[in-house]
Amino acid sequence: MEPFRYLRAEDERHALAASKGATYIAGGTTLVDLMRLGVMRPRALVDISGLGLAAIDADDGGVRIGAMARNTDVAVHPVIAASYPVLSEALLSGASPQLRNMATTGGNVLQRTRCAYFRDPAARCNKRDPGAGCGAIGGHARMHAVLGVSDRCIATHPSDMCVALVALDAVVRTRAPSGAERAIAFADFHLEPGAHPEVENVLAPGELITHVELPKTAFSARSHYLKVRDRASYAFALVSAAVALHVDGGVIRECRVGLGGVATKPWRSAPAEAGLVGKSPSVAVFRAAAEAAMKDATAQPDNAFKIELAKRTLVRALVELTERA
Amino acid sequence: MSERGLFVGQGLDRVDGRLKVTGRAPYAAETAVANVAHAVIVGSAVAKGTIASIDTRAAERSPGVLAALTHVNAPKLPGAEKKVGPVDRRLQLLQDDAVLYADQPVAVVVADTLERAQHAASLVVVRYAAQDPRASIDDHQGEAFKPASLGPRGEVDSNRGDADTAIAGAKVKVAETYTTPAQNHNPMEPHATIAVWQGESSLTLYDASQGIFGARRKVAAVFGLDPARVRVINHYVGGGFGCKGSAWSHVALAAMAARVTGRAVKLVVTRPQMFAFVGHRPRTVQNVTLAADATGTLVGVTHDVVSETSSFDEFVEPCAVQTRMLYACPNVRTRHRLVRADIGTPTFQRAPGESTGTFALESAMDELAVALAMDPLALRLRNYAETDPAEGKPWSSKSLRECYRQGAERFGWARRTPKPRSMRRGRRLIGWGMATATYPANQSKSSAVARMGIDGVARVQAGSQDIGTGTYTIMTQIAADALGLPLERVRFDLGDTAMPETPVSGGSQTASSTGSAVKMAALALRDKLATTAVADKASPLFGRSEGSLDFVDGAVVAKDDPKKADPFGAIVSRSGQSEIVALVETPAKEDRKKYAAHSFGADFVEVSVDEDLGEVRVMRVVAAFAAGRILNAKTARSQFIGGIVWAIGFALEEQTLRDPRTARVVTRDLADYHVPVHADVPAIDVISVDEDDPHVNEIGAKGIGEIGITGCSAAIANAVFHATGKRVRDLPITLDKLL
Repeated sequence: MEPFRYLRAEDERHALAASKGATYIAGGTTLVDLMRLGVMRPRALVDISGLGLAAIDADDGGVRIGAMARNTDVAVHPVIAASYPVLSEALLSGASPQLRNMATTGGNVLQRTRCAYFRDPAARCNKRDPGAGCGAIGGHARMHAVLGVSDRCIATHPSDMCVALVALDAVVRTRAPSGAERAIAFADFHLEPGAHPEVENVLAPGELITHVELPKTAFSARSHYLKVRDRASYAFALVSAAVALHVDGGVIRECRVGLGGVATKPWRSAPAEAGLVGKSPSVAVFRAAAEAAMKDATAQPDNAFKIELAKRTLVRALVELTERA
Repeated sequence: MSERGLFVGQGLDRVDGRLKVTGRAPYAAETAVANVAHAVIVGSAVAKGTIASIDTRAAERSPGVLAALTHVNAPKLPGAEKKVGPVDRRLQLLQDDAVLYADQPVAVVVADTLERAQHAASLVVVRYAAQDPRASIDDHQGEAFKPASLGPRGEVDSNRGDADTAIAGAKVKVAETYTTPAQNHNPMEPHATIAVWQGESSLTLYDASQGIFGARRKVAAVFGLDPARVRVINHYVGGGFGCKGSAWSHVALAAMAARVTGRAVKLVVTRPQMFAFVGHRPRTVQNVTLAADATGTLVGVTHDVVSETSSFDEFVEPCAVQTRMLYACPNVRTRHRLVRADIGTPTFQRAPGESTGTFALESAMDELAVALAMDPLALRLRNYAETDPAEGKPWSSKSLRECYRQGAERFGWARRTPKPRSMRRGRRLIGWGMATATYPANQSKSSAVARMGIDGVARVQAGSQDIGTGTYTIMTQIAADALGLPLERVRFDLGDTAMPETPVSGGSQTASSTGSAVKMAALALRDKLATTAVADKASPLFGRSEGSLDFVDGAVVAKDDPKKADPFGAIVSRSGQSEIVALVETPAKEDRKKYAAHSFGADFVEVSVDEDLGEVRVMRVVAAFAAGRILNAKTARSQFIGGIVWAIGFALEEQTLRDPRTARVVTRDLADYHVPVHADVPAIDVISVDEDDPHVNEIGAKGIGEIGITGCSAAIANAVFHATGKRVRDLPITLDKLL
């Protein structure tokens, strides 16, 4: 681990003022891990755990989740469990109780990839070391992405929570060191790797995530997260699906489809949603939507199975959701 | 010697349990050593080539750094290349510029704190003249060569009858290739060594080890020391599973760092390094052919094995050994071959040979049962070996038929519908599979000492190790029974080469070897106490014959008059000595050579498989084992269950993957290298089948640490076939193989 400075910020203003050249630390479950591996080498850490950002406030308009709200607290919050079940299920399918007790909402939005080449400083990685090349392409890529990939990077975005948030039309609230606030639609927050895998989101230097907001929608309450993985617990998704449906009169009026484990960012599938809206729920409709979702997928030999698995997972998630209601 | 004692067999709690769960059992790296410095190993970024240059200037300037050792400045060690046994390994001790595998030690940085050592280690700049490495043996089977030896596992090749001719003429045949991946042991406690020199020629090591005497021999040889001047201490081990059975490079590097800096030095191997230079289970490619007549009687068997080894050592995974003895068949041929890759040397990992080998053999037996349209259990009974087919000897004991019977009954095997995909529960396909488990009953020379003090407390010691199996507990039980003492008046200690020499805790032999020594030492002490008492005029037993005496509750008593008792403490007290001591060295029982000695078992497994998503879950396991005398019902059950949990990982999850171009391991932590989590492990129902074995050793115990993993991975794979109709011959059975 590199030597670094550490500052525990007293309030938001203090944190923002100290942010130049520094990295914010919340629960530390990603950052400390990557610092120990020598992958992230911040010169300074600004601890935001004392900023009073841990509250979860629900009202008629939706839910406002503080950036420091722990995964566990979000998952078991009665309004979230009842009105946004996809988020609760996604959180509880991730990591372990110990990690969920530490991990925060803002931190999880910024979770870094689990790509083994990114995490091994002796391996080639464009994300860690721009221009160095990608070790995963042509290497072991079983866990890697098939959607949103580029010839520079195929690293999977690992978060379960984010897949649920993209399906809930969540909004990321930020504050810049200048004091300016922003509201960023969740689907616009993360970036595909393209030519610059090192740039993972639209945050400006020093910009601090303060809240994540869940709007009230017609589809949120009837939502579901399904995660398929190599063991029953404590494993990253091979494929996951976050689905939300508003069915009225036997017809899908509105819906959201998020996919995890298969994409370089939390993936909202417009083609799948287009295939569902206006139709009556059926396995055939679900399968057609799943085909549309994966139409543009690009696989490596190791992860080609994910294309079919993603389709089946999405179908299953939709079947389970419609059976449930 | 087979009389039932008061304590042996009981499911007593671990005597060290409270210390462990309260965090007061110090593991090697936790030993309080004054003024200890910290060493960090820098691993090679490449897997093959030479070090072109290495720059330690920045590291040396970094705060707190005491030394930065490389092949340029490291002391030359007189015995760096010396092998101290048939299965010893070449270590990488900064003696030259060669790079033989990824993450090989190329520098060691020592500093006053761990964090400073870690940081300085990151400042070492190494340039390599790299060559393209070989990461896998799969495309190089043509290079397979015959290894020099199978170590303790017998001949490299075997041939009985004429397998090829028998197979050619047989009615029913199965000929398939089965592959198992490289795996890593990953005990929770990483390898760790604290090295403390006392002058130039005397060294103490606190080392996370399954074999402290082997570690002593190795380090003494490397540094050219008298082994008597090297002491290895290790009271608690946080799991070993084979990787701590050898002293790997880091042990000698810690000692080197301590010598150069003049400080006590602590070196803890990191989790990523645990995949590099402390051994692994090698990848195997196994071709099995089974041929039977129409009744299912085996007429010919061949088992040809290729496993990977390093470019500089030979380690053979003895996969075909059990094929020589598990079933009665007159025509059996087996072969072991190696192919080299640019990897660290593999090593023993829980049931080396039988774990990998039973996956192939017992999968093939299931395939043969399908080909014969025969029940898999009936096929095994049809080929039951009444005597050891390999050597023609009688079994010291064998209760496999009873294991099959009790296991099948408890599981409900008779209700199985034979057709694949014929059982289901909702969207999940249900499959039932079974397999045979086996592991040899090993025993090595061992020794122990038993002392009786004037306080009436027995102090019993054997060098040995408790690798988490319950050695402290069972030795206490054995000694208490042999001496006729209550448990609280027996103190058993181990984990120090200053104590009597014992073998490595590997091959499931600690209970049989050191347990026998402890029993014999305790009996010898008992006899000395009796001899002393009857010769002592002040004893109420003076003048009695020793045959007329018994040993009850810490006293020598007259059989015909129990009121005439002489407490052990009083005997010692009157003897004028501070203690009475019996030191015993036990060879294997002479009688034993006339017999073949193995543990056996039968696994019955239910899996469920999601029909669309391919996810496999083990729903229940019933396993029956016969392994001679069970010394402690509770720790034995834990051993069996632990082995079965390993088999679940073996069948479904574990694999060490290397990048095909760089030969670096990409599964470098426990998030990427999957082992079963609680949610993967169902209720495991273990049946201990009673077995009295008068021949195997003094305590009648065959060893239980490894048999649990054998057979069971095949039972799981067979259950997956029964559920899905898909035969997966390449482990692990990840869901992509079932889509």
